[in-house]
Amino acid sequence: MSRFGIVALVVLLAIAALAIAGPFLWTIPPEATDPAHGLAGASAAHPLGTDELGRDVLSRLLHGSRVTLLVGVAAMLAALFIGVVVGAIAGWSGGWLDALLMRLTDAMLAVPAFFFILVVITVLGTGVATLVLVIGALSWMPVARVVYGETLRWKVAEFVVAAESLGVPAPRLLVRHILPQAIPSLVVSATLGVAFAILTESALSYLGLGVQPPLPSWGNMLQRAQQYVFTAPALAIYPGLAITVVVLAFNFLGDGLRDALDPRRRR
Amino acid sequence: MVVGQEVTRFLLQRLALGALVVVFASALTFFFVNLAPGGPASVMRFDVTAEQREALIKAMGLDRPVPQRYVEWLGAALHGDLGSSLLTNEPVATRIGDRLPNTLTLAGSALLISIVAGIPMGVVQALRRGRAIDHVLSLVSAVGLAVPVFWLGIVLILVFAVSLNVLPSAGVTSAASDTLADRLAHLVLPAVALATTILPTVVRFTRSSTIEALHEDYIRTATSKGLAPWTVVARHALRNALIPVVSAIGALVPRLLGGTVVTEAVFGWPGMGRLALEAAQGRDYPLVTGLTVVVAAIAVCASLVVDVAYTRIDPRVRLS
Repeated sequence: MSRFGIVALVVLLAIAALAIAGPFLWTIPPEATDPAHGLAGASAAHPLGTDELGRDVLSRLLHGSRVTLLVGVAAMLAALFIGVVVGAIAGWSGGWLDALLMRLTDAMLAVPAFFFILVVITVLGTGVATLVLVIGALSWMPVARVVYGETLRWKVAEFVVAAESLGVPAPRLLVRHILPQAIPSLVVSATLGVAFAILTESALSYLGLGVQPPLPSWGNMLQRAQQYVFTAPALAIYPGLAITVVVLAFNFLGDGLRDALDPRRRR
Repeated sequence: MVVGQEVTRFLLQRLALGALVVVFASALTFFFVNLAPGGPASVMRFDVTAEQREALIKAMGLDRPVPQRYVEWLGAALHGDLGSSLLTNEPVATRIGDRLPNTLTLAGSALLISIVAGIPMGVVQALRRGRAIDHVLSLVSAVGLAVPVFWLGIVLILVFAVSLNVLPSAGVTSAASDTLADRLAHLVLPAVALATTILPTVVRFTRSSTIEALHEDYIRTATSKGLAPWTVVARHALRNALIPVVSAIGALVPRLLGGTVVTEAVFGWPGMGRLALEAAQGRDYPLVTGLTVVVAAIAVCASLVVDVAYTRIDPRVRLS
């Protein structure tokens, strides 16, 4: 894998370690308020300062990383599931079902997904589970296209035709013989999907439609920070930097994996 | 004149497909809003008396089946009637119409920035492939893809509005001096922030398609017959390299329009994105439905424009 890809992997492992272990090592509760010491600068007690309610920024960043990463990964898994099902059924069935499902995929790609997300949240309200499902439900299209292409390509392969003529049922053929061929492409899609999900989650949380305070996420930490951008600019810097670094790392890892897994792209 | 017919047929096909996409978007939104738990049917949540509730259900037509209501809604929508906003009772079409010019200005400027800055950056990378400038611009694009728009917006405000105090941070215009220069000054930061949602992708597409074009046989032919390097690039390579870039830009328009929600929120820009946010926060179903359909229609129109551009720059579309 490329140097960038390896660096990205190391960065992500370090961030995952911080997300898991951090809250045990830095024990100030993220919800603990201290209005008398709000918007304080860096100090020994609060290395990254405090927010407008006097909550410790470092603690909120560490706890927020768990929320942000979990939502990102869960939403990616939801997108992966829907995309695999749609792509595999369309590719395997052919005919009108194929046409219907792939035109649906095209149509979903042709309309601004963020507005659909707002529609869903208008109806269902905010919540972590809603957030995961809505991001997943509106980002499965690239996965479906990848799986569709792989299914079309492999369903005519000799080993698949052989298994089919032995009477292996279609679902088993797909799961055991065709989808494993798509795993390299899916790993790449999944990695890039986490980056997209984290960006979407943080945007929604920033708008007040995602993860709700007092539960911290990197996006909702920025929600109030903008009001204090004149007095405490540092508040706005840390969470945004954290999002950028993580998304950048997932993108680099995805690109690195694609180059490593698909030799045709190396040129 | 066969050529003209082919183009017309191609564009008519695209038009029909686009209309289908808008109908699909409206159906998806309408049925989701009206069938999901927590939709308008839960006016029960509103703090009203039983009679008021009955009146609301009657007024919103909730006593009739959803498919029937959808057909009626679609029929009215075709005549420009998208229902009334629950929050203000104004017609949804009026509320959207008030905001439409602002969003089109913002999204159009961002698109222009992406094209005017993105294509030269990608071409420079392709021509200087593997050199320092290529690596630097690749890194800039990668960071641009990773930065959340709203955070970039806050950072831009921090730098240009707070520290340097050279550009305004919010609104479309200052109340005191509503001049063109003032409006442009207000547009700069939001347009730049919004442009980053698609600019890096434009750069990447331009880079790879230019590299591909430079490998073609006709480029070797052009070079070997002694044409100046600049002529080879500008007249032969770029013309072909830009064809996939144009269709990529068309595919990026939905993403750009989605980005208006966050950008308009950061910069207090009174457009459709912020209206959608208000609608979501206030659970204004007719408004959020209308907005989604109008935005889908804008995206479809943009891709039609791209298709027309396509027929201009790619003679194969005209001939095949």
